[in-house]
Amino acid sequence: MSLLDFARGPALEAAMAVFVFGVCWRMLSLLLLPWARDKSVARAGAPPALLGATRSFVRHLWPPRPLAPGSLFVTVNGYVFHVGLAVIVFGLAQHILFLRGLVGVHWPNLPSGVVSAAAVVTLASLLAALGRRLTNPVLKLISTFNDYFSWFVTVLPVATGLVAVSHLWAPYETLLAVHLLSVALLLIWFPFGKLMHAFLVFLTRTETGIFYSRRGAEI
Amino acid sequence: MTSTIDVDAAAKTFLKHTQEQLVSYLEACVHCGSCAEACHFYVASGDPKHTPAYKLFPIAKAYRHQKFPLSWLGLAPRLAESDLKLWEELLFDTCTMCGRCTTACPMGIDIASIVGGARQAFVAAGLGPSDLLAAADSSRDHGSPLGLTAQKLRERVEWLADEHDVPIALDKAKADVLLTVSSIETMKYPESVVAMAKMLNHAGVDWTLSSKGYEATNFGYLSGKADVAKLMVERIVAAAESVGAKTVVVPECGHAFGVLRWAGANMLGRPLPFSVVHISEYMAQLKRDGRLKLKPMAESVTYHDPCQISRRGGATQDARYLLEGFAQDFREMTPTGDANWCCGGGGGVQAIGRAADLRYKVFKIKMDQVERTGAKTMVSSCSNCRLTMDESKAHWKWEGGLASLVEIVADHLIEESKPAA
Repeated sequence: MSLLDFARGPALEAAMAVFVFGVCWRMLSLLLLPWARDKSVARAGAPPALLGATRSFVRHLWPPRPLAPGSLFVTVNGYVFHVGLAVIVFGLAQHILFLRGLVGVHWPNLPSGVVSAAAVVTLASLLAALGRRLTNPVLKLISTFNDYFSWFVTVLPVATGLVAVSHLWAPYETLLAVHLLSVALLLIWFPFGKLMHAFLVFLTRTETGIFYSRRGAEI
Repeated sequence: MTSTIDVDAAAKTFLKHTQEQLVSYLEACVHCGSCAEACHFYVASGDPKHTPAYKLFPIAKAYRHQKFPLSWLGLAPRLAESDLKLWEELLFDTCTMCGRCTTACPMGIDIASIVGGARQAFVAAGLGPSDLLAAADSSRDHGSPLGLTAQKLRERVEWLADEHDVPIALDKAKADVLLTVSSIETMKYPESVVAMAKMLNHAGVDWTLSSKGYEATNFGYLSGKADVAKLMVERIVAAAESVGAKTVVVPECGHAFGVLRWAGANMLGRPLPFSVVHISEYMAQLKRDGRLKLKPMAESVTYHDPCQISRRGGATQDARYLLEGFAQDFREMTPTGDANWCCGGGGGVQAIGRAADLRYKVFKIKMDQVERTGAKTMVSSCSNCRLTMDESKAHWKWEGGLASLVEIVADHLIEESKPAA
């Protein structure tokens, strides 16, 4: 079995199994914890829970400037690499082909040049995020192994993918195998590290929204 | 404070608070640091340790050690005595549970909720600021954190009623409304009690104080003593039930309102048998009903939003409605309302002596805010904020005026020939 066969065969399959079961297990272990039932009486005229949850989700898309005047970089840079990652994952023809084989649906791809440009911007954005984490006194203090390793497993597929499509330094098959192995690493780490925020954000923003809205408070 | 730190007791108490919501909060933090600049303690001190997300580290550590799936790889170490020693100050002295960080957090994590539970764990371990814990013990043993026993309440009410010639109802057999007091105002700002009585009498409200349950502040909750917190709620419930009150009015104290209004039923395990309203909400309702007649006030004023009444209480607009048309020169601070800066003394921090210097630094944010408005006086509807600001004002020899919302309302009532309650 070649390295490429291993990468796109057992390695990726095992990684996807860890990802799916890991995410389901993490979410279920959270959702099956006891739920605090609020016995206080909601404020008269408080919006329904669904509306409070939705409002909170939308409002947290952009931090209010009076409360977080210095968060502009974090917010804009965060959007840059999140959108960049989405463009790469869902815009590249080879990724769409792979996802079609996996889930059976497909959509038109973006030109490879656009995706490559997005990858370069994403890499720059992720490097800027790391730079800030390493130099900002607050971020230096609150950063843990989880933060740095999650950054590493996110950067790796972007960097290896960019190298692979550029056919640099090594045969394409080897570069593709390394890229697929880096994706496998990302999928395996995903349920256990802070990348889980991609799922948890739907719980935290909405639960806080319900908590505040039943008080008649806006958030 | 005891000399032995019981780390296991802290870890167990932390884990008691692992309901779905709190665990989601602990797991979801992406360590982006956006909460730092929302926190008045970080802004005032510039110390990264005061970042709200950092304050959650020990509870996250205790939880992960027990539950994290990869803890066997050494990725989730045990909670240590050194963690508790280091974080005691951060969780008690440098968090007023004001919720500003919650609004700023892109994940919407409610850090204030976690701090409340975390304090209980520190107390279980034998930690916690001795003066804050003493306030809780005094509440349990004497009825109030400042030693306002039922007998002292009777004496003070009698004295205030005589001194100000205002009827103050105490221990009426039946009343629609049970008024509660904060011992801060009763002992340090007694005119506030007189003002509440004057205003309620003016509006023709059937009200009373009760020596069975009068203290609205809940230092049990603020200090992490859950048993005392519940006891304080039970006393008010007993008093309200004994007079048949349908409404309990909480005086000018933000946390007293927040705890009784939103946490009281959860402590009891059943809905409260009455509605709970803050005095600013109640006065706004009386005004809407046409029962408060006010003379115009010419002096320039600004309004300080107590966090638990505005941002976390949903009553932001009530104080403004009251001031509308009455305060002729009302000026908003920037930021204001739900984004307003905390006084620095909420959440029990006011009672912690060693936190005084930090509170003073925080107050400079407020001084700057007020000065930018040019208003002569800052009005608030929280006696805890007022006390914090009064002390800081003296420290900085600041010349700005401080006033209470209920007192300025009482001072501007157009007295008609309404019968006293």
